[in-house]
Amino acid sequence: MIADRAKPFVLPLVLVAAAEIAARASHLQSDTLAAPSEIAVALAASAVDGSLLVATRDTLLSAFAGLLIGAAIGLGAGLALGLVDILDRALEVTIEAIRPIPSVALLPIALIALGFGYRMEIAIVAFACVWPVLIFTRAAVRDVEPRLSEVARALRLTPWAKATKIVVPAALPRIFVAFRLAAGIALIVAVTVEIAVNPLGLGAAIMTAQQSLRPALMLALLVWIGLVGFALNAALVLAQRRLFGRFAPVEEPR
Amino acid sequence: MNARTGGVAATASRGGQIAFAGVGIELGGKTIIENLSFAVSPGEFVCIVGASGCGKTTALRLAAGLYRPSRGTVSFSGAAMAGPRRDIAIVFQDYGKALLPWRTAAGNVALALEAAGVPSAQRAPRIDALLDKVGLPAHGAKYPSEMSGGMQQRLQIARCLAQEPAALLMDEPFGALDAMTRQGLQDEVLALVGASGATVIFVTHDLEEAIYLGDRVIGLLPHPGRIGLDLEVDLPRPRDQLATREHPEFLRLRRELFDFIRTSEA
Repeated sequence: MIADRAKPFVLPLVLVAAAEIAARASHLQSDTLAAPSEIAVALAASAVDGSLLVATRDTLLSAFAGLLIGAAIGLGAGLALGLVDILDRALEVTIEAIRPIPSVALLPIALIALGFGYRMEIAIVAFACVWPVLIFTRAAVRDVEPRLSEVARALRLTPWAKATKIVVPAALPRIFVAFRLAAGIALIVAVTVEIAVNPLGLGAAIMTAQQSLRPALMLALLVWIGLVGFALNAALVLAQRRLFGRFAPVEEPR
Repeated sequence: MNARTGGVAATASRGGQIAFAGVGIELGGKTIIENLSFAVSPGEFVCIVGASGCGKTTALRLAAGLYRPSRGTVSFSGAAMAGPRRDIAIVFQDYGKALLPWRTAAGNVALALEAAGVPSAQRAPRIDALLDKVGLPAHGAKYPSEMSGGMQQRLQIARCLAQEPAALLMDEPFGALDAMTRQGLQDEVLALVGASGATVIFVTHDLEEAIYLGDRVIGLLPHPGRIGLDLEVDLPRPRDQLATREHPEFLRLRRELFDFIRTSEA
């Protein structure tokens, strides 16, 4: 059992050990690379002096705020489009025209309109998060078991009662999968905005480390962002199991 | 309930509580039913049988108001059906899809009460009584996924009874259940219906089930669906799984129905 659990960790540990040995054997002096031990020391140091926590807080604050705003808009719009056919047809072209715009391409406009800081970052994250939630919600609403729609008709539920008692609960497991997807996107977009322009958070910290020629810190931040993303997804997967375990949704490809 | 008791005398003269008059329907460009006329009296238990593709289920959906006829009229208590009504309940065959998996048994029954605007304070005792009636006492907190097929179908029936229906429409409700469970549920449905006085239209492909349950059996011919046979079932009630099925009249009707189905399929 223990051997089975340990198996997935063998390869990463071997790679880390190999990198450490290679760095020491070659007496590594580089602006881009650092030995794993140096990276670990840099990570610990930035955690101790508090800079890591401040940067993490700033990034997560923007990511979560953008996620919540974007997911709320996506949920509302997805429900409306899934339930009201006329609305869906009226907005289809508009949505398909706006959706493919890479969120980061909005940076110049957002910068002029909102300036540097949280608001601009939150707006861009929100834009990126609207789409997966909207598309998944609309599809989930459309795919509600037709028999349940007939039950709603036979019971003469009002449109509002049908939406709240049948459609939303039936679609909720898949909507949550979309929320998980959007959470991953939120983190990616937040860090990207910080790396590109915004002097905030983990993205800005990684740029500062790179420009001050501290590869160990730069890579430490990279590892940390990976860990934060991993923890975020793990927490949401756990929440999904807790909330919907009884009638687990069909897992969508990620 | 008022519509039913008040409407009995008025509708009897017009030929029944549920009446099909020259009904035809096209679905997906195909004529499923043509010139279908029959009437069901209040409190009558009518079974509809027929080869697959004869439009049994379509006829039931027309009676439920889920479909609109392309020709002719379907009327209830003398008035043309304009759509589903809360005093007509329909039991679907696929109970697994018709129940809300995220609601408990009690919650599923509650849905019908919520739809009818029953105040929440009055719901709990009525839910308990209904679950008790269908043989599911103490299962109120279970989710459908934790129940057997027979229990899930009982739950769907409880939800339909919560509508206090004047008419109960059942679409092969026991088709997916094993023989023992089916016989038990047949007797329970007879008892429940006898107690409530509801009119029943019961669609089945099981000919013996149709005779065992019904006051009358209507046989449909396929392509397009139309009436081919209309048999009175003159068997004593209460019915009994052994005695009724061995009754000479039961055997005679069984022979007649089997012959009908065989020729209708040929």
